[in-house]
Amino acid sequence: MFRVLKSRLLQKHRTFKYPNGPAPQLPDRFLGRPVLSGRCPDGCRICADSCPYQAIAIRSRDETIGNSATMPVELDMGRCIFCGACARACPEGNIVFSSNWRLAAARREDLVVTSESPAEAECRSDVVCRYYRHSLKLRQVSAGGCNACEADSNVLGTPAWDMGRFGISFVASPRHADALLVTGPVSRNMKLALEKTFAALPAPKVVVACGTCTISGGPFAGHSEVEDGAESTVPIDLFIPGCPPHPLTILDALLRLQGIKTP
Amino acid sequence: MLMLKNSQAVPFADIPHTTMGEWLRIVMDATQAGYGLSALFAVKDGERHQVFTVLSSREQHRIGVVRTTIGQAYPALTTDFPAAHWFERELYEQYGIEPEGHPWLKPIRFEPSVIPGRYVPDIGMAPFFEMEGQEVHEVGVGPVHAGVIEPGHFRFQCHGETVHHLEISLGYQHRGIERALVGGPGPRTIHLVETAAGDATVGHTDPFCRAIEALAGVEPGLHARTVRAIGTELERLACHCGDLGALAGDVGFLPTQNYCGRIRGDILNLTALICGNRFGRGLAVPCGTRHSLEPGRCLLLLNRLDDIKRDLEDAIPLMFETPSVMNRMEGTGIVTPETAKAIGLVGPAARASGLPYDVRWDLDWEPWSHLDFKVPTCQAGDCAARARIRWAEIQVSIEIVNKLVSGILEGDDTGAAADCAINGDSLPDLCPDHFVVSMAEGWRGQICHVASTDSSGRFSFYKIVDPSFHNWFGLAMSLRNQQISDFPLCNKSFNLSYCGHDL
Repeated sequence: MFRVLKSRLLQKHRTFKYPNGPAPQLPDRFLGRPVLSGRCPDGCRICADSCPYQAIAIRSRDETIGNSATMPVELDMGRCIFCGACARACPEGNIVFSSNWRLAAARREDLVVTSESPAEAECRSDVVCRYYRHSLKLRQVSAGGCNACEADSNVLGTPAWDMGRFGISFVASPRHADALLVTGPVSRNMKLALEKTFAALPAPKVVVACGTCTISGGPFAGHSEVEDGAESTVPIDLFIPGCPPHPLTILDALLRLQGIKTP
Repeated sequence: MLMLKNSQAVPFADIPHTTMGEWLRIVMDATQAGYGLSALFAVKDGERHQVFTVLSSREQHRIGVVRTTIGQAYPALTTDFPAAHWFERELYEQYGIEPEGHPWLKPIRFEPSVIPGRYVPDIGMAPFFEMEGQEVHEVGVGPVHAGVIEPGHFRFQCHGETVHHLEISLGYQHRGIERALVGGPGPRTIHLVETAAGDATVGHTDPFCRAIEALAGVEPGLHARTVRAIGTELERLACHCGDLGALAGDVGFLPTQNYCGRIRGDILNLTALICGNRFGRGLAVPCGTRHSLEPGRCLLLLNRLDDIKRDLEDAIPLMFETPSVMNRMEGTGIVTPETAKAIGLVGPAARASGLPYDVRWDLDWEPWSHLDFKVPTCQAGDCAARARIRWAEIQVSIEIVNKLVSGILEGDDTGAAADCAINGDSLPDLCPDHFVVSMAEGWRGQICHVASTDSSGRFSFYKIVDPSFHNWFGLAMSLRNQQISDFPLCNKSFNLSYCGHDL
């Protein structure tokens, strides 16, 4: 008993102040939200060609004409696995992966970053704000992922993050859940199980796609063994890109889904 | 049998091609002489199949390779050598090659067959073994589990609370990695390897990079090799720490569960200090590393590791000193040394059952071979032993990281800049018609990558054997004659990878 108390004193209270205080410091080499700025040489496609996942599109001159400050580059975070190949390839240094961890969006199209994009996208869900503002129970389904998204979702339950503070927790049955948190590209072998789990959630319900492969297939995009993301199987209310997303990215997304302001 | 060093490339034609009878004799002799079976797989060769066998010898610090040609059937190895049984099921599932006399020929992944028109049952629909009798009952769990865990199906045959048999049916995570690696390497190749088992990213990418380097005839610099080794050890530390916390949680001992859950995150953050990503994405790239450990970063890493060590030295002994925790774990889920050896366990699960297998020293490769450490083992083979072995390995890994990082600080670091100039996006040309076996000791155990190039230097096949492939059957054996309520504890004590198995 005394040993347990002694440990408690030594291990201290370590829950991050976030979102009521500053966010925990991210490493200097962290690759967060891409920022596009600068002038691209006419016809340059180096960044688009360097991306193995076709996450980068180059808009035609007509679409950007009249605004000399705009870049023709569009980067779809829903396809991006944040490997940084495009930033290394760009000879102009026009693509920078910033330390901004706020990657999530409620609408798929808001994951597409351009030089005019705001630094964050809307994540709020009316259903969640109305019914689950103070208590959001999540059922997690892993569907063909690599266990990294699962691990960094799980970590939100540890004392450092303690998402229970906000009434968010993982529950053991879909019958107890308000939302489904899906990871993985949805393997063919998990499609039916995902459908059944979604059907077992009582309405109103929302679905969170956690990780790039749940949005677009990620590293497995195009494989005949997978569905290239969960949208093929269930409707998605919140998209969280990353491979895997940092726990801060996931927590920030879930809080903003509930309409909570985060710093 | 051709004897190779770890990550040594040889011309494909040098691999001895024997008759089937000779092959059977060589494999059986080698296994009786104490060789471990690291890989057994087939490659289509016209109407027939070339079957490759990779065996590892601890005594000789070498890897043995032999191949043969098989048509549709051969006498099963499993009947005399149970460690082959999962490999032979894979041969049957993928190519329809029948190991005659195999007692358990069911699919392991329910993956689409490479043979057109070959019937594959729907996932989980192969008939399960059943027990008959009054009051016998069956419990099915999964694929979706109660926690935040990967999918798999478990079928228990019980009498009362006692489990007589557990059958594990996997394949839900199958996403076609090995198939997609053929024709590579390309820009997506490394990402597929990084996500083969996402919690063992460096464990898989390090042997992958060494395979590429061997096939290209490139020697990575010392700094790169050291950084990768540090990444491998940090991965081991983080996962072992998380597992001990999870074990404490499963017996309802919350202090260690909570502390270890947090400390695991602190260790993942050390990996992120090196490469920006908590799971080591981008840490190892072919021909080097992208991320140098400059002196300031080394000192920060060492300081934070010291804090972690202090916290762990409090949190983990707390669990081992609590009698109610040990009472729950001791004697639960025993895998005897004989069973562990027979079914071919690897990694911490093997070492907890008294088998001192560890690729880091068994295959004598740098930088581990320079470090003099004893491989910890336990004899009991129960959940408590699998917990104790993790704590012993954590202590060893902390020492290894300390030594490696200090080595960078003390050493002549002129190589670092050159190693890190490599951005990993452009890949070297590989020698055509070559073959390589590359192994590593990931945190779950032996990781084996086997690659071969075609006449244009592209992968003609790329085989990955995750340690979980060897060890899932160990979990099934540990449940025999246990209470069904012991399953979560036994499962955590192995903590195997579904995605690494399913690929």
